[in-house]
Amino acid sequence: MNVVVCVKQIPDPAEPGKLEADNTLDRSGKLILDESDSYGVEMGLQLADASGGGEVTLVSMAPNNETSGLRTALAMGAAKAILVSDDALSGAGALDTAKVLAKAIERAEADLVLTATESTDGYTGTIPEQVAALLGQPSVTFAKHVEVADGTVKVQRQTELGYDEVEAPLPAVVSVTAGVVEPRYPSFKGIMAAKSKPVDQLTLADLGIDPTTVGSAGAGQEIVAVDEAPAREAGEIVEDDGEGYAKIVAFLENLKVI
Amino acid sequence: MALNRIWVLAEAADGKVAPITLEMLTKARELGDTVEAVYGGGDADAIAETLGAHGATKVYATGDLGGSLPGEPVASAIAQQAADGNAPDLIMIGTTYDGRDVAGRLSVALDKPVLTNNVEIAVDGDAVVVTTPVFGGTKLVRTRFTAGAPYIALFRPKSFTAEPSGGGAAEVATIEVTQPGTAKVLNRHVEEATGPKLDEANIVVSGGRGLGEAGKYEMIEQLAKALKAAPGASRAIVDAGWVPYSYQVGQTGKVVKPTVYIAAGISGATQHLVGMKGSKNIIAINKDPEAPIFSVADLGIVGDVHKVLPKLLEALQSR
Repeated sequence: MNVVVCVKQIPDPAEPGKLEADNTLDRSGKLILDESDSYGVEMGLQLADASGGGEVTLVSMAPNNETSGLRTALAMGAAKAILVSDDALSGAGALDTAKVLAKAIERAEADLVLTATESTDGYTGTIPEQVAALLGQPSVTFAKHVEVADGTVKVQRQTELGYDEVEAPLPAVVSVTAGVVEPRYPSFKGIMAAKSKPVDQLTLADLGIDPTTVGSAGAGQEIVAVDEAPAREAGEIVEDDGEGYAKIVAFLENLKVI
Repeated sequence: MALNRIWVLAEAADGKVAPITLEMLTKARELGDTVEAVYGGGDADAIAETLGAHGATKVYATGDLGGSLPGEPVASAIAQQAADGNAPDLIMIGTTYDGRDVAGRLSVALDKPVLTNNVEIAVDGDAVVVTTPVFGGTKLVRTRFTAGAPYIALFRPKSFTAEPSGGGAAEVATIEVTQPGTAKVLNRHVEEATGPKLDEANIVVSGGRGLGEAGKYEMIEQLAKALKAAPGASRAIVDAGWVPYSYQVGQTGKVVKPTVYIAAGISGATQHLVGMKGSKNIIAINKDPEAPIFSVADLGIVGDVHKVLPKLLEALQSR
């Protein structure tokens, strides 16, 4: 079984985020693999292994032909990657991104497409469903357990009250929650091997997408302003001297909640 | 008026309308002349009264979805209405498991952008502008739809306060599903939960990586019990498998706005802050004085949760 895993390369979320002059996220620095995507990569590797053959192909869209995050996922064991990079994609909305990913995924002929539930930076959370709609495939989002057998995918899907057991015919798109599996650490051998694994670098023209229909030209949305959120007033911060708990009790008493 | 007619995607479980639906209906009344609901399910009659009481004059219902996940069928029914010239100007959808699915499918079917994670919406002249928190809620981005109606927007729970309008029951109309779903629900599992629900509790006590190990989460549960609070968690310990995903507070998990939020051993990653910084009062306990959680705390205790929590619990239990 061949699995495509959509991965995003993002600015390190541990660093303070910066905005460009046009108020889009500054992605010019080094990008890393979104940790949320490491779960999909691991799940894809496990499912491909369990099926007795097949491989994992990564699909990513990023500026400046960035591959450092892809190398991390290749080092985990993915066989190859498709990377779409095009200046016209600056300012792309979720639907634009989904259109690009869907076109790239079509090239990989996958039985199953895995994604995270949302990226850490943009966190729109609609792309898995949009990709599925564009591919004309079923989709199951928020999977916390995934099994594949006899041409169907069985998923435990997170709900408000617990989880649903959901079944869909393959090919299908499944978004997985963080923690669905324990992502492996790349081995030294894996890291070395990743350096020579193929990364197919494509532009919008290669995918047959008109650049005026995506990115800031075609996103159908425009940032009007970015404002500072009202800050919370500074609170009282105290060192615990063994009586810190009493401060908390007094605080709660004052609020009349105890 | 830029918005004559607004649809709110209604969600309900066991005949009870989801709070987010009522919050959006309340906001919709401010924005549009006609407010209507659209619902994927066969029990629209059971919720028509509540929807009407919050301002929906009509509810367009698909009928029973036959066990399908709602994304495909509900989006197809809305898209068919649009194709028939019955489209609203704005479709408001909750940032929920099913809401995101419907919004994603619908945006493809209509070839329109969907703007997500909004906490506010306003009409400014001819422009419809939504507000979205970024960078852990430290900045607010305002974005205008330029693609023309229908606008599709997803809202985070608790962005608006639900208030009844005094309206009578919504009229139920049927809309046709043109694309039955291909993903089917075989079984539903309800996880037993005691105490108040995380997103409805007056007090929330959350634990994070600073607890050190899975077994120590019991301190959070005991403290929650003593305070009649809901236990919550940071993403780090949910990912680590210490507690179920349903405990998660943050960008990916639940948005909470309790009277008191207690963060124990949570550093305050932006991921977490965006889900809890709307709390009225925040108490943080963390051994790192530089932890970002202290920047939003009303009371911060710089100390070891393993020392502070047992004493706090004892003090509360002895009252």
